[in-house]
Amino acid sequence: MIHFVLLISRQGKVRLTKWYSPYTQKERSKVIRELSGVILTRGPKLCNFVEWRGYKVVYKRYASLYFCMCVDQEDNELEILEIIHHYVEILDRYFGSVCELDLIFNFHKAYYILDEILIAGELQESSKKTVARLIAAQDSLVETAKEQASSISNIIAQATK
Amino acid sequence: MALSGMRGLSVFISDIRNCPNKEQERLRVDKELGNIRTRFKNEKGLSPYEKKKYVWKMLYIYMLGYDVDFGHMEAVSLISAPKYPEKQVGYIVTSCLLNENHDFLRLAINTVRNDIIGRNETFQCLALTMVGNIGGREFAESLAPDVQKLIISSSCRPLVRKKAALCLLRLYRKNPDVVNVDGWADRMAQLLDERDLGVLTSSMSLLVALVSNNHEAYWSCLPKCDVPQEYTYYGIPSPWLQVKTMRALQYFPTVEDPNTRRSLFEVLQRILMGTDVVKNVNKNNASHAVLFEALALVMHLDAEKEMMSQCIALLGKFIAVREPNIRYLGLENMTRMLMVTDVHDIIKRHQAQIITSLKDPDISIRRRALDLLYGMCDVSNAKDIVEELLQYLSTADFAMREELSLKAAILAEKFAPDLSWYVDVILQLIDKAGDFVSDDIWFRVVQFVTNNEDLQPYAAAKAREYLDKPAIHETMVKVSAYLLGEYSHLLARRPGCSPKEIFSIIHEKLPTVSMSTVAILLSTYAKILMHTQPADPELQNQIWAIFNKYESCIEVEIQQRAVEYFALSRKGAALMDILAEMPKFPERQSSLIKKAEDVEVDTAEQSAIKLRAQQQQTSTALVVADQSSANGTSPVNQLGLVKVPSMSSSVIYSSKWDFDQSRSSTSTSSPSPSPDLLGDLLGPLAIEGPPVAGESEQNVVSGLEGVAAVDAAAIVPVTVQTNAVEPIGNIAERFHALCLKDSGVLYEDPYVQIGIKAEWRGHHGRLVLFLGNKNTSPLFSVQALILPPSHLKMELSLVPETIPPRAQVQCPLEVMNLRPSRDVAVLDFSYKFNTNMVNVKLRLPAVLNKFLQPITVSAEEFFPQWRSLSGPPLKLQEVVRGVRPMPLLEMANLFNSCHLIVCPGLDPNPNNLVASTTFYSESTRAMLCLTRIETDPADRTQLRMTVASGDPTLTFELKEFIKEQLVSIPIAPRPPAPVPPTPSVAQPVPPAAPSNDPGAMLAGLL
Repeated sequence: MIHFVLLISRQGKVRLTKWYSPYTQKERSKVIRELSGVILTRGPKLCNFVEWRGYKVVYKRYASLYFCMCVDQEDNELEILEIIHHYVEILDRYFGSVCELDLIFNFHKAYYILDEILIAGELQESSKKTVARLIAAQDSLVETAKEQASSISNIIAQATK
Repeated sequence: MALSGMRGLSVFISDIRNCPNKEQERLRVDKELGNIRTRFKNEKGLSPYEKKKYVWKMLYIYMLGYDVDFGHMEAVSLISAPKYPEKQVGYIVTSCLLNENHDFLRLAINTVRNDIIGRNETFQCLALTMVGNIGGREFAESLAPDVQKLIISSSCRPLVRKKAALCLLRLYRKNPDVVNVDGWADRMAQLLDERDLGVLTSSMSLLVALVSNNHEAYWSCLPKCDVPQEYTYYGIPSPWLQVKTMRALQYFPTVEDPNTRRSLFEVLQRILMGTDVVKNVNKNNASHAVLFEALALVMHLDAEKEMMSQCIALLGKFIAVREPNIRYLGLENMTRMLMVTDVHDIIKRHQAQIITSLKDPDISIRRRALDLLYGMCDVSNAKDIVEELLQYLSTADFAMREELSLKAAILAEKFAPDLSWYVDVILQLIDKAGDFVSDDIWFRVVQFVTNNEDLQPYAAAKAREYLDKPAIHETMVKVSAYLLGEYSHLLARRPGCSPKEIFSIIHEKLPTVSMSTVAILLSTYAKILMHTQPADPELQNQIWAIFNKYESCIEVEIQQRAVEYFALSRKGAALMDILAEMPKFPERQSSLIKKAEDVEVDTAEQSAIKLRAQQQQTSTALVVADQSSANGTSPVNQLGLVKVPSMSSSVIYSSKWDFDQSRSSTSTSSPSPSPDLLGDLLGPLAIEGPPVAGESEQNVVSGLEGVAAVDAAAIVPVTVQTNAVEPIGNIAERFHALCLKDSGVLYEDPYVQIGIKAEWRGHHGRLVLFLGNKNTSPLFSVQALILPPSHLKMELSLVPETIPPRAQVQCPLEVMNLRPSRDVAVLDFSYKFNTNMVNVKLRLPAVLNKFLQPITVSAEEFFPQWRSLSGPPLKLQEVVRGVRPMPLLEMANLFNSCHLIVCPGLDPNPNNLVASTTFYSESTRAMLCLTRIETDPADRTQLRMTVASGDPTLTFELKEFIKEQLVSIPIAPRPPAPVPPTPSVAQPVPPAAPSNDPGAMLAGLL
């Protein structure tokens, strides 16, 4: 099971955190501090796994961002590594060659997408197409609601004129 | 630039990014938080859009690492918004900000439930996602049935059902009772016929979780675990699903049916041999993910030797490739392979490559290599491996040195071809990495040298050599001073080894060492003095001067030594008796091995240790020691008092010599707790071994750990101390009842009630103590301390000091079972009511049978096992007399209630009972235990009992445990059929039903 997902930039800035096991706020910041210390200092061309407090952290660097997932000892590391890549590909498809800035300004989108891929720390959907379709559906729902709201407010505005 | 679609949010993010430094950023964040706070305060004026925006800002700030301690309510309240955009934000932000233990979440349960049972599928998705990510026990209890309905509903679209499946998985993890095994197994089997891969992937995860707890019920799902061929990812058919399927298979016992087995192995063979390394990284990763899972399955299935060697050959290839991930996994899986018997020799062929990996630039890989080397070491390659480790020690990074030196020390001890080599290794170890060599390690050397006379001159000479080095580690000073004090007289004829020279070279080190070492040095001087016969007046004066100097030392221990040694050394020949050589140590298990197990080590390492421990019951070094102590009679043994090694020297002295009255009284009254030399040496080691001499045990056990153990032992029989407050009900009875069930009242008196609720899973347990104040005024100074026996690791969460009137607090207590033992943990509970201080000591029902999980075995499984465990210590037999007479049926019920499942029909004699169970502990892992009871229908008070398991301690402890159950009468009127109401362990199939006919059952198995 995946216990948490972290996205950390090369400067140690947190871009996304998702916790599937209960951690208090204090523990969360401690985990982030410790792991960024461990992972950001690792050189290139090393393996993608770090042993940490009886868990394993599978991480991969994409441009300036580190995607990290913490799993149990006995979990399949490569499987997790490919979940990371799967997520990145979906982000890439959604934003159209994604960059760190996309994830900074649209961090909520990154959360929506993650929720379509993982639930309870397990993989939910392995088809990129399906995820893309569901996210698009969500976006259009929000859009429609917005249009409705603006049209109603228009009506009210006009009525009260 | 991509924008968030919310202008205010984008502006805020830009502002933060433009902050030149951390201070500015904090200012900006504080300003924003202030703003949000005021806006939330006059909530009326807030439009849904604004609320949404602020909640997002809060999440962003939270992510940056700032404390956001307000506004949770607003986030939660968005969940109940009628429109999708707000609801979505509410759900997502809530599940990011809060965790399952948060109170606010309770407020949302109803809304969430309405969304789940409602018709709006997008709302269903949102609700299921949040519950799946942060749902806790309460959610589990109130939502599980609805979620289950959704998974199998035919009207729901796959997107809802896959979420529901994972949501149920979460709820099941929080409370396994919510999934009713009987009905659900069939549904689960149907689910696996699912065509939608998303649903199938999710269901497979659910299945893995379900079978990991109880595979019995899910047999019907087994045939369906074949790998489908759709959904490609980099040209590989759904790798994740393949991995999960094989993972699920690993939770089922080995497949026996030859046809299934063959076809399964064909598939595995294809995966193992057909996976090529390709250019594309992702394709490579995905295919190797499948491959390694297949490998794990092969290990689980206990494949033929040929296939195993193929696997190892493959791994051997992997550990030499360029790609670091594969190298890492190759090493890791080789370590796992060590668990499989017979492959040792094949793995050894790759030793050179593994040693190379020890120098890998990547610490993750180095760790794996070290682990593997440690696991694969045996007598034949110990010398090479240990020398390799020593060499590596000087260049290893600090993060690994401690582990490295501990492991090297253990291996050297276990597999030493001869003891002088062992001494060499340890001295080198201290020389190269003194900071990382714990006291245990040098204590152990001293112990070996003391027990082996042949070794003594050699060790002394070596110690002397090291002292010539210009700068040596303090630990080296300690060990060499000790050795030279004891044995330097054996070297007296060698050049540079006259007492005087030895003294001066040791004394050179004195100014640089700490107080604890000074104490050892003083003893050494006294010993040198003793061995110098005839006395050398010059040396004598020198040493006396030192003793004189330390007579006024601020450190009591040193002062006492100085005074006593000074007085002693004036006694002339009588000195010989008291300061003679140390007697031999009793045989002990190495405390290092225990330490290695205690250290937080990862599972692979654990398994390696366990494996070693099983293969090599006694270390070779110990065996050597044994022989010599049997053959040679040591001269020291004639000495009367000194023979008792557990007494500290000061005690011996004062009891034997009529010395200055006041001094003698101080030394007897304070048997110098820890820094005493002998106590030092014995303390940590003695904890391991059997008690040397009953009365003097207290003296031996000087470490904290020992004291705790003694305390616990003393306390257990006394359940309650005299208190002003009378308990309600019989505490012992309550305890015995709780041994058989998992929830109930542990203790009650007029003021307080302590309830307990427990869940057990494998070797882990989680108890919740419910401390309830029954009164209208608060209880103060509440304290709960756990005194765990050495085999349990227990962690009690914080207990509040005050319990408000009529309130109940819950304190979770995590338990981990390290090894089989019948010792009982004690809860030391105290509180103050008015002026009454009440203190009770209660046994906690974390007893042996809680770590048993029922398992029914068929005749075909039972008899080979039973035969393979032949004779003591794995199989023990005993005739038990004075058994509480009971009908056979009642005895069977008693067994069942202790999780020892009676398997009827296995024994042709109707007066006999055969029972089986699995025992879980960290050291044994899951271990099958088998029991046979032969009763005599003519005399129900006696029976013959045979217990067998793969672990000698377990067999013994289990035998004693069963005996206790049969002999003692814990509760007078036992309910006729106490079926174990253990919710965590899913109910086994009623034992009578399926196993009437072993043949039918076998058919069922396959």
